[in-house]
Amino acid sequence: MDLYEYQARDLFEKHGVPVLPAAIATTADEAEAAAAKIGGKVVVKAQVKVGGRGKAGGVKLAVDPADAREKASGILGMDIKGHEVRTVMIAAAAPIESEYYLAILLDRSNRTFLVMASVAGGMEIEEVAHTAPEKLAKIPVDANVGIDLARATEIIAAANFPTEVADQVSAVLVKLWETFVSEDATLVEVNPLVKTSDGKIIALDGKVTLDENAAFRHPEHESLVDQAAENALEAAAKAKNLNYVKLEGQVGIIGNGAGLVMSTLDVVAYAGEKFGGVRPANFLDIGGGASAQVMADGLSIILGDKDVKSVFVNVFGGITSCDAVANGIVQALELLGAQATKPIVVRLDGNNVVEGRAILTAAAHPLIEQLDTMDGAANRAAELAAK
Amino acid sequence: MSIFINADSKIIVQGMTGSEGTKHTRRMLASGSKVVGGVTPGKGGQSVEIDGHSLPVFNTVGEAMAATGANVSVVFVPPKFAKAAVVDAIDAAMPLIVVITEGIPVHDSASFYAYSLTKGRSRIIGPNCPGLISPGKSNVGIIPANITGVGPIGLVSKSGTLTYQMMFELRDIGFSTAVGIGGDPVVGTTHIDCLRAFQDDPETEAIVMIGEIGGDAEERAAAFIAEYVTKPVVGYVAGFTAPEGKTMGHAGAIVSGSSGTAQAKKDALEAAGVKVGQTPSETARLLRAILGR
Repeated sequence: MDLYEYQARDLFEKHGVPVLPAAIATTADEAEAAAAKIGGKVVVKAQVKVGGRGKAGGVKLAVDPADAREKASGILGMDIKGHEVRTVMIAAAAPIESEYYLAILLDRSNRTFLVMASVAGGMEIEEVAHTAPEKLAKIPVDANVGIDLARATEIIAAANFPTEVADQVSAVLVKLWETFVSEDATLVEVNPLVKTSDGKIIALDGKVTLDENAAFRHPEHESLVDQAAENALEAAAKAKNLNYVKLEGQVGIIGNGAGLVMSTLDVVAYAGEKFGGVRPANFLDIGGGASAQVMADGLSIILGDKDVKSVFVNVFGGITSCDAVANGIVQALELLGAQATKPIVVRLDGNNVVEGRAILTAAAHPLIEQLDTMDGAANRAAELAAK
Repeated sequence: MSIFINADSKIIVQGMTGSEGTKHTRRMLASGSKVVGGVTPGKGGQSVEIDGHSLPVFNTVGEAMAATGANVSVVFVPPKFAKAAVVDAIDAAMPLIVVITEGIPVHDSASFYAYSLTKGRSRIIGPNCPGLISPGKSNVGIIPANITGVGPIGLVSKSGTLTYQMMFELRDIGFSTAVGIGGDPVVGTTHIDCLRAFQDDPETEAIVMIGEIGGDAEERAAAFIAEYVTKPVVGYVAGFTAPEGKTMGHAGAIVSGSSGTAQAKKDALEAAGVKVGQTPSETARLLRAILGR
């Protein structure tokens, strides 16, 4: 889960990473009040989970509360690369002397954690990595060793930070490591980390990504989920513990196993090329044990998607047997009754496939059509969606 | 031959007394695997009766190994306790640790993976994987044993059901070993580890490699194939239609910016001389053409 800047800032503050006073606002009134409370010049910053908001006009300096109100009313409601701005952060303005970059992340390639540090902060770090790789230090960190002050001092020295800020930046790195570990983050990034004209080191902007697998030890992370930004169908699926992602196409997909479902989406898109560019409408993995209830929940989410023109149920019976899946489909259609109105192409294979197919044949449901192969069924589902 | 396991593999099940552990112990036994016991801290000294087998339960992996001679552990322990279970197995110098558990925090898996490197005595497969099977010899994990029999194909995949689908497509030819390495961001065994083992295994004649979006494991595997693998390899990559920034089921299956896309992985594999299928069925056909079957 990616956090908003203001949520990252709050986590930084909680763990002792130096940040500026700030507050969030969803209306111009709130923005004015926040600016008045903070005092002096403030920066009004659009809260969107996408880069390039500065260039898009989503970050403005305001000289007083009235100005903050005006700037906020211009930014709230803006569309930045398809993301609607519903919240702004009002933060104290700081006189910046230098901008640095500091991050800790999971390095998948090397299966370890990694510190990235640079004295060339403020811009996209990918650009620094590309144009001036010598200015970006990348230092692996053993998960079981971590970063204490001595290690942080070594890392900051290796990254060629100026000596007058090295102690302060090293201390920030230790706090960032504490944030990374105690929040179960896969990324904590400060860009820029600034030196103000009075010599203070402050995290001016940050990104944090949290590991959803660790939710069981962080009940407080639940409150960081942005319910308003969730697609209604995705929210409904989540409430039923279904692994669902809404996509743009017309063929509703239900399958078992993440890899097979991903593959099903591709095979449908591939088949859909022949039918005017028909595409999959969603990702939905019902997992190993496809009970009638899970199948009914899945079908009802998919049939509730107005973009869906046909449905493709693609199941390989590995641990699950196909007769159980077939019974699940039949019972799901009984549960759904008149709600089920779209053609459903079913491909079953694997464990007890003969029994499974026989159950669907015997049910003779007018919406169900069976095909023997994944490619053939994808083709038929795409054809039905194109009609 | 086979890779990582063989007909003499002696398996203990960590979390055998839990519902998933019991269910899959039964399945492993039914497929002929030598399951010799289980580990559940606090339940040592008990035994579990499964289909006529009386399996002793131990408190630690070390005790289980000493009493049974086990050389493979399969972990079904829930995410909250999985790290402690794997660390116990590493401390006991268990040679092969297969972690089936889904949903382990990545800080925990990064920690036990790093710890296994420090100790240098254990190979970890997974987490969040279906395990591995050498048909007719041993089955460690949850891969259904009845899909296919023994044959000359080696298979490595991040995904469980895609592994089953591919084994099914090629069931008449058969497999030396099929390994599901798991779909998490940090896994103990990579495509490259399996490719090396298959290249060195005299019974494996051709290799199927299944990848999916996220990370750069497939790109690295492609470079390794170009440098080391002389046996024919066919590939399949899932996730061409996945949008940026959305996790597709597996914690590791996410496209971030331009990195981790299916197209980049397919291009890298093809540049290394790997034939890549557009669908699982087409991939199977490519392999058949190579083997002339």
